[in-house]
Amino acid sequence: MLRFVIKRFLSMIFVLFSISLLVFLIFFATPGVDPAARIAGRNADQATLAAVRKDFGLDRPWPFQYAVMMKKLFVTRDLTSFVNRGAKVVPQVLEAAPVTLSLVFGAAIVWVVVSILMGLLAAVFRGSPLDVSLMILGLIGISMPVFWLGEVVNLLSQSRLHDTVLFSWVPPLGYIPFTESPFGWFKALVLPWLTLSVLYIGIYARVLRSSLIESQEQDYVRTARAKGITEREVMLRHSLRTSMIAYVSLFGLDFGALVGGAALLTEVVFGLHGVGKLTYDSLQNLDLPVIMACVMYAAFFVVFVNAIVDVFYAWLDPRVRYA
Amino acid sequence: MRDEIATSPLLEIRDLRISFRTEHGLARAVDGLSLSIEAGEAVGIVGESGSGKTISMLAVMRLIRDPNAVIEGQVLHRGRDLMQLPEREMQAVRGGDIAMIFQDPMTALTPVYTVGWQIAEQLRAHEPLSKRQARVRAVSLLAEVGIPNPERRVDEYPHQFSGGMRQRAMIAMALSCNPSLLIADEPTTALDVTVQAQILELMRRLRRDHGSSVLLITHDMGAVGELAERVVVMYAGRVVEEGPKEAIFRDPQHPYTWGLLGSIPRVDRARVRRLAAIPGSPPSLLDLREGCRFEPRCGYRFERCATRPELLERVAPGRRDACHLDPSVRPALRRAALDGENAQASA
Repeated sequence: MLRFVIKRFLSMIFVLFSISLLVFLIFFATPGVDPAARIAGRNADQATLAAVRKDFGLDRPWPFQYAVMMKKLFVTRDLTSFVNRGAKVVPQVLEAAPVTLSLVFGAAIVWVVVSILMGLLAAVFRGSPLDVSLMILGLIGISMPVFWLGEVVNLLSQSRLHDTVLFSWVPPLGYIPFTESPFGWFKALVLPWLTLSVLYIGIYARVLRSSLIESQEQDYVRTARAKGITEREVMLRHSLRTSMIAYVSLFGLDFGALVGGAALLTEVVFGLHGVGKLTYDSLQNLDLPVIMACVMYAAFFVVFVNAIVDVFYAWLDPRVRYA
Repeated sequence: MRDEIATSPLLEIRDLRISFRTEHGLARAVDGLSLSIEAGEAVGIVGESGSGKTISMLAVMRLIRDPNAVIEGQVLHRGRDLMQLPEREMQAVRGGDIAMIFQDPMTALTPVYTVGWQIAEQLRAHEPLSKRQARVRAVSLLAEVGIPNPERRVDEYPHQFSGGMRQRAMIAMALSCNPSLLIADEPTTALDVTVQAQILELMRRLRRDHGSSVLLITHDMGAVGELAERVVVMYAGRVVEEGPKEAIFRDPQHPYTWGLLGSIPRVDRARVRRLAAIPGSPPSLLDLREGCRFEPRCGYRFERCATRPELLERVAPGRRDACHLDPSVRPALRRAALDGENAQASA
């Protein structure tokens, strides 16, 4: 197991290096495009262009340029946005990251707990009215667009019903750092968590239910029953444990994408200035250094989360460890 | 009272009927199976796929979970009807007093737990053991079924075991709580021929050492010859013939049994031109005739075959068959059938 973990993290480092190189090449070495003009932004004067060329070493060979870029991103952290009048890029990302991480981690906990409960209940009471209503509920959750749901939640909690007991505790839209007020952080994020998780609860509950039902037909579940253990032990130890394998691999993909910025719609609706929002704004301004930093951040998290999930996956399924 | 318990069989199945509600009507998988096993006895149930042998044994273990299954009849075990037992008490019987091993060892173990863990799980379900004690028992069980290096193998996962090793582990698991009855559902079908012989040899040795009764479900007459003392032949949900192994092999009474025995290649006789195959295929369980179910495929059918032949002692005590043919004419017909002539004549 330890060998697997080490191997997995070494390969992660290699993947991260490859991604950084690829991203760099796309931005800096695309033939026929002058990277200096891209970095300097629209309508930049000759002096700015010259400054950019010097700053990024654009008159030197590209391995040097890559090294300069990485140094600016990770060592000196002084990558500057020319579009945005000299704003430092790395602090912007570091400021946005906790917002997105808070949002996505919280939502993930909600959707994992609720979807496992729903999937288990539906599979245990398969074919009953409970099963049918849980699955219809899941389908409704999947069908509701997150921006619409978020706006409805805002409409109710911020204006229409804000003065009732139900929603009077809801703070104004925006993020409250955990270090500032843990309870405020929690209050500000509860509704975004629930809103973001609704879609995933629906998907994951349905996936888990069908994989539980499929596992009920497996020979090893029949063996487990023939051993004389209780039906609950059969369900939790044998069916659920093996069904979690498919569930976890799906989770790795969704979770990585969300942390990497796919929670944009939720961030915008709830006024959370996270990585999704930052990427969106920088794309609007064609602010190349920020885009570059955001892409690197996103890639890092997708790869990192996938490595964590793979380790968990190997713990769940011993066959993977020896592959 | 003592005497009654001593003389009553270990397991007695009385008139077991299993059917499934389907879109096209009722599929009658088992139609009145009666069977008894004495303590320490080994019985082989033979028949082709769909004859109802596996489903009957799953019914005995109460492992049929299909909501469309209709199960009737009695299964008496130590004076109790298993069909009426509360689920809790049935759990104590399953894996404790009656254990079962299955056909495909490649898929019968949960892939995510070590073999030792899975054996310990069964032990701990029936006996108050600590994890450590259960593990020690698991190691000695693995050693008993002939797995080399049991101390190390106990912590390995099923995918690290070969097919034969997995079946050995399954047998170790089944025997872990010293069951009085071991139901083996085609334990060798999925294995290589050389491994088959080893597994049968292992089962024979364990039966001797543990004194368990064995119910062997198979379509392999060779496996029956190795292990069983008494043979029950099933066809389309009914028993067609039953008796001591030697008698069934030497002097089979039912034309279906002739077909079964005739379809085994034999090296001790001059080679016939072709192996005798039973013409036709088993009937659909949805549309079963009232009379003899083998009639459409039988080369010796006559008018009486339209009525159901009862399973009766027709030729000798302890031998029962369900065929209307006059016992005195059977030997001549059988010789013709087993020599392969009939197979060609009716093909």
